[in-house]
Amino acid sequence: MSQATADPRLSGPRTAPRRRMRLSWADPMFRSVVWQIVIVGIVVAIGWYLVRNTTANLAARHIATGFGFLGRVAGIPIGESLIPYNPAADTYGTALLIGVLNTLKVAVIGVVLATILGTLIGIGRLSKNWLLAKLTGFYVETLRDIPLLLQLLFWYTILQGLPGPKQAFHLGNVAFLSNRGLKLPLLDWQPAHTWALLALIGGVIGTVLCNRRASRQQEVTGVRPAVWPVAVGLLVGLPLAVWAALGAPFQLELPELKGFNFQGGGSFSPEYFALMVGLVTYTASYIAEIVRSGIQAIPLGQWEAAGALGLRSGQVLRLTVLPQALRVIIPPMTSQYLNLAKNSSLAVAVGFQDVVSVANTTLNQTGQAIEGIAFIMAVYLSISLSISLFMNWYNARIALVER
Amino acid sequence: MSQTMSLSGPPAIVLDKVNKWYGSLHVLRDVSLTVTEKERVVVCGPSGSGKSTMIRCINRLETHQEGRIIVDGTELTDDLRALDTIRRDVGMVFQSFNLFPHLTILENCTLAPIWVRKMPKGEAEELAMSYLERVKIPEQARKYPGQLSGGQQQRVAIARALCMKPKIMLFDEPTSALDPEMIKEVLDTMIGLADDGMTMLCVTHEMGFARQVAHRVVFMDRGEIVESGPPGELFENPRTDRLKLFLSQILRGH
Amino acid sequence: MSEAVTADHVPTEAREQIKVASLGPWAWLRANLLANAWSTAITLALGYIIVRVLFALISWGIVHAVWTVPYGPTGIADTSVCQNAVGIGACWAILADKYRLILFGRYPYDEQWRPAVVVLLFVGLYIVSGLRRFWRKELALIWVVTLAAVGVLMWGGVLGLSSVSNDNWGGLPLTLILATFGAAFSFPLAVLVALGRRSTTLPAVKLLCVLYVELIRGVPLIAVLFMASVMFPLFMPAGVNVDKLLRAQIAFILFAGAYLAEVVRGGLQALPKGQAEAADALGLNYWQKTAFVVLPQALRLVIPPLVNTFIGFFKDTSLVLIIGLFDLLTMGKVALSDPPWQSFSTEVYLGLAVIYIAFCFAMSKYSRSLERDLNRARGR
Repeated sequence: MSQATADPRLSGPRTAPRRRMRLSWADPMFRSVVWQIVIVGIVVAIGWYLVRNTTANLAARHIATGFGFLGRVAGIPIGESLIPYNPAADTYGTALLIGVLNTLKVAVIGVVLATILGTLIGIGRLSKNWLLAKLTGFYVETLRDIPLLLQLLFWYTILQGLPGPKQAFHLGNVAFLSNRGLKLPLLDWQPAHTWALLALIGGVIGTVLCNRRASRQQEVTGVRPAVWPVAVGLLVGLPLAVWAALGAPFQLELPELKGFNFQGGGSFSPEYFALMVGLVTYTASYIAEIVRSGIQAIPLGQWEAAGALGLRSGQVLRLTVLPQALRVIIPPMTSQYLNLAKNSSLAVAVGFQDVVSVANTTLNQTGQAIEGIAFIMAVYLSISLSISLFMNWYNARIALVER
Repeated sequence: MSQTMSLSGPPAIVLDKVNKWYGSLHVLRDVSLTVTEKERVVVCGPSGSGKSTMIRCINRLETHQEGRIIVDGTELTDDLRALDTIRRDVGMVFQSFNLFPHLTILENCTLAPIWVRKMPKGEAEELAMSYLERVKIPEQARKYPGQLSGGQQQRVAIARALCMKPKIMLFDEPTSALDPEMIKEVLDTMIGLADDGMTMLCVTHEMGFARQVAHRVVFMDRGEIVESGPPGELFENPRTDRLKLFLSQILRGH
Repeated sequence: MSEAVTADHVPTEAREQIKVASLGPWAWLRANLLANAWSTAITLALGYIIVRVLFALISWGIVHAVWTVPYGPTGIADTSVCQNAVGIGACWAILADKYRLILFGRYPYDEQWRPAVVVLLFVGLYIVSGLRRFWRKELALIWVVTLAAVGVLMWGGVLGLSSVSNDNWGGLPLTLILATFGAAFSFPLAVLVALGRRSTTLPAVKLLCVLYVELIRGVPLIAVLFMASVMFPLFMPAGVNVDKLLRAQIAFILFAGAYLAEVVRGGLQALPKGQAEAADALGLNYWQKTAFVVLPQALRLVIPPLVNTFIGFFKDTSLVLIIGLFDLLTMGKVALSDPPWQSFSTEVYLGLAVIYIAFCFAMSKYSRSLERDLNRARGR
């Protein structure tokens, strides 16, 4: 055993002593510094030139800079918003906030619906039924060959071609589809409902804790206590109990035909509806392919081996197949979610006021193009950063340990 | 550990107390080795002993953190000019051949002479053909690596390295990735090289080759040189337990 | 998404489908459509829906369709026949009347043979690029010559061709120009950015490349187009007017560069390390190694994803509708703004869809068959 070296655990890993950089082209450090200075210098020079031109142009056109305009009254008419909005009194800041909320409204609901639809279609592609497999295959192929914008315009035209409110399609007289949009009954939200919702969240946390406790007990004794009765109690019984205890209010506001349109109830404008249908069907076709290849990526041998070990098919699915399938599915899936969020910017073509549309109007009215574009980019970069962070966290957590 | 040089002459490769770490893993511990010109040294040892790392340090495919490496009189440091000189004069043959699949055999061999030694194309092609004849596959010159067998590919790799007219040839387990029936043709090529007086440093498990060709065999284990000496002596009379264990495992495997 | 169709990756159901297909037609029906009660129910439900839809489509699209309309003495179409048929029959007459407007935009009527030739040149270019025997250095030359020919034909002013300003360009040639020039000019940028991103010795350059790629990929194409159309005039010194088409083209080049850079980077990562090591051992310097050994192999590895990304760009050109350039989709909308023809959007959109499908489906089929061939050659 060589005694010549000290134990690295004591002194830590060593690297070669840092020599001083020689001013010679043969020194790699010198070369790298020179290259970086040159390239960064060129980029900075171009940037400075553009900035100089921009400030000159802005001054010449008497355009202000900075975000002072956020406090001014906007005067932008906005068709639908999640918070009360008065074009005559509310500021650009409020208008932009509504734009962001509208974008999120499309993105969040769109992601949920597209996932459901895409998963169903993806599973349908793998069906033994030839007709179902071919039909879903045709769906997936065709929708991916047509530009999304064309699809959105098409759906918008179809929606405008629907009959008027007087002859609207209806579902049992509570839901109506017409060329004025989709009208649904709206729950009259009371404090009792807020408490019930909090109870539901508490129930979810409780179920997770109960699951953990059951796993620990299984490790010690080998027997896993049944979790589902507690889960049902916490997720269903608790919120119901809270709701009942606070008076059990359940008042639905139904849309009623008054004159030329419906009043009351929750409404989704034709623009929103067209945008959602187009986005969801388009994204679902990509998600279907992801789900399909995720399931097909699991070799048959996995199913067989798990079965041969005596696991029941539910356990096989939960413990061996699904974890592996999810590893393959989730990364491209989150990338599709990001695409859906970005594609929602096409709302401006069908007249739905998302953040791009509002910001565009703002920058046209104030002339402050730089701030407007910067705002749009900031919003979308935040969305994509959140999704990337989630992706990295998820990948690190589930990464297969390999040699 | 100092080595007894069985040949006299200027040293081709000098490793002086070379140390290397991968993070906190100490992979080369005070390795000191001198290879004289025209000497042929075989390095053997169990996997993970650092033998590949050591010869990859010699042409700077890996960097060492402590100690000195001097190749043909030039010290191996961060200096890029020194590195260029060393890489021109040291040829390497890899375990996985690493032929360029998108170029023909001839183009594989002429690429470096044309662009590094600035040889005219005609001269480079003549040179390449002569080495392809030397490794006995001149007829494959216009084919692509994917069309050749493993043994043929490795022979092309040897010819490709020789086209740079190196003074030293490094071999990193050249036959480990070959099917058994092709090992002989590659070893025969290497023996031919040895007969022509090339300085060779070879990591291999092929003990027969070592016996026939090597002046010296060096046994490495866990990052350090444990024993070294002429092949007959080392294999018949291993002095350390580690070498005895290694030899017994190798012989059982054969 | 590549389908690794090897024996153990094909799920049981698909395998059974293949086996049974070798029996007679009645046995095939039983296995694939009527295997169990659930399957039979689905077959009946889907079959019913498909038959109803097909009947409706054939009735609307063929049987009751209006193919031509009479023209008044001043050349204005009399679309009353079509108007009466709304909801019952398709008005294909609008395509017959407007096809030249939709396909070629406001290009002068007599010179429209030039954009037609341009479309053929592009189609030829795509086909030639797809054939493997052309995958050599000469392909770059073919691209340069073809793109130059496109420019000459569209602009004119030389060789006896009358000059046509690019404000009058539109329709299918504009779509092809935006997509193809965008991809072609962004490719060198993408390669440099991919190499820069993998650099270990130039951290500042790596940071710049990462910022560029993540910034462009994090925002929608519309934002980049707006940035180009609204901010470029501010970037230029006073008096310099940047043409609208050029602004959009630069936006596409920047956008394509970021996405192609990621694809190329994937190829660089997939290349076995031994190739670069062998090049190093032979004494090749960084640029020689990259140009002769690394890039030729890395690019070949990622041709299917490159094609798929290009299909995406081709569809994305439709977004210039929003900034007021007259690509194929915009010309469709322009055609619909003509008062007699306003109610027939469905027919126009279907016609446009057919054109897009023709291009995109062909390219995606090619990409898939190429992927299969490459996987097979690699023994996977």
